[in-house]
Amino acid sequence: MKHPADWMTGKGADNAVVLTSRIRLARNLANVPFPGWAKKGQRQEVLEELLPCVEALDCMKDGFSKPLESLSSVQKQVMVERHLISREHAARGEGSAVVIERRQSISVMINEEDHLRMQSIRPGLDLTAAYETLSEFDDEVAGAVEYAFDPALGYLTTCPTNLGTGMRASSMLHLPALVISDQIGQVLQAVNKIGLAVRGIFGEGTESLGNLFQISNQSTLGESEATILRRLERVIAQVAKHERNAREKLLEDDPDMVCDKIGRGYGVLKHAWIIDSKEALNHLSLLRLGGDLGFLPGETVALCDELLMEIQPAHLQVHNGSKLSPEERDAIRAEIIRSRLQTLQPPDIRFIKKTGGEDDTSPDLGIA
Amino acid sequence: MDCDKCGKPAKVHLTQLVGGQVKKVALCNECAAQSGVTDPTGFALADMLLGDGTVGKTPSVLPPKPSVSKGRSCPECGFTLEDLKRIRRFGCGNCYVAFRDEVNDMIRGMHKGATHCGKVPDGLMEMRQRKLRLTELRERLDHAISAENYEEAAGLRDEIRQIEVALEETEP
Repeated sequence: MKHPADWMTGKGADNAVVLTSRIRLARNLANVPFPGWAKKGQRQEVLEELLPCVEALDCMKDGFSKPLESLSSVQKQVMVERHLISREHAARGEGSAVVIERRQSISVMINEEDHLRMQSIRPGLDLTAAYETLSEFDDEVAGAVEYAFDPALGYLTTCPTNLGTGMRASSMLHLPALVISDQIGQVLQAVNKIGLAVRGIFGEGTESLGNLFQISNQSTLGESEATILRRLERVIAQVAKHERNAREKLLEDDPDMVCDKIGRGYGVLKHAWIIDSKEALNHLSLLRLGGDLGFLPGETVALCDELLMEIQPAHLQVHNGSKLSPEERDAIRAEIIRSRLQTLQPPDIRFIKKTGGEDDTSPDLGIA
Repeated sequence: MDCDKCGKPAKVHLTQLVGGQVKKVALCNECAAQSGVTDPTGFALADMLLGDGTVGKTPSVLPPKPSVSKGRSCPECGFTLEDLKRIRRFGCGNCYVAFRDEVNDMIRGMHKGATHCGKVPDGLMEMRQRKLRLTELRERLDHAISAENYEEAAGLRDEIRQIEVALEETEP
């Protein structure tokens, strides 16, 4: 947990717009009550059956495996901030466990809302590959236990919204140009109409911080995994294309305004002594945009991605080695950002590059 | 209602279906806090209080609560129709069979379709078909024996044995 996960650093993927792809599969054992309805002893039995079986799988060698009650609230919160476990799982104690693969690209929650919630994360837009990895993992688990499965309803889950494939696929997108150019509402509405869910991340409800949005499938029954993934990938690629076009248009129409926004973000982050996470995320988003557009060095994108994770409350407490008050966190957050940006030169409008946005000849989302 | 532990006015009420029977516990705030009840809606707490009788003054059998006992329940886990309506989640996989009509109502509009067309766990379909065949053959065997049709019974017994061996080999 001391190191960032592979998917956080975005290595090897074009992730200027699509940061990550994540697949989650919900599975339950046959003829055992679901975790929320099971008695304490039954939950413990499920844990004792599943934990050794998950730990024994090849890809979990040298992985991290702990019962939830053995973890401190800060440790659990770090995992939540890294999207390795859910908030709901972090709230659980005895009878639940988490198993994480060494590179943090696969994580398994035992006795969350379902007996098993398995997840695979990759950098960039790569939902199909993330699914294939997880599906192989799922096959190995299925070889050792009997899943609750119905030929007509598929994998049986605690909540009927997960019934069928039990699969939730999602990508995290960075859409600052669509937000700046006021097109975001239109795009999100179009995505919603296709039956996909969009929510802001790092925020409550649909509030978006840092211009980050998550797009995921809503329906899990009546279509195969491949069909769901194909549609989702197509729509996400379309949204990414709109974002790239919007970035190019902003540069053409008003490069001074773009440089001004990025410069202000740079100024605040480089010189702030106290900064809350909302303000930091919003400015880091602009810096990330600056890195992609060429106002700042290309490696700024990866630097911002690492900072997005490092400046969250639990990560700050781990960094500091002790519990921090919100005021202390704001000061340490500013200090970390300042030190990481120390050698970063100010954005310069003379160095902007053409983003090479493609012409959108088939706007599936119905946006001009 | 008074607290089951100390007799003071009760503030926390827990209800659970155990073995088809409704059990209820009422506690005052102090006794609830002492027993670790911080979230009265959590099932785990009801288990803790009702599950193994570790709480001294908790009555082992409580009179059924009419509004709960009226509803249908899952024969496997005791989850009731009222529970389903309240939390819109299920108690176990078998609830989907017990509440088939309600499931169909719930999933209408929730998903793209009503029938699974995705992944199937390896070997599971075959195993299920074998189990169904086994149930059918056992019923036929009973009939054959009661009809004193021993020749047919012998054939059925051989087939049952074959399936049982195959299942033993493939069962996880």
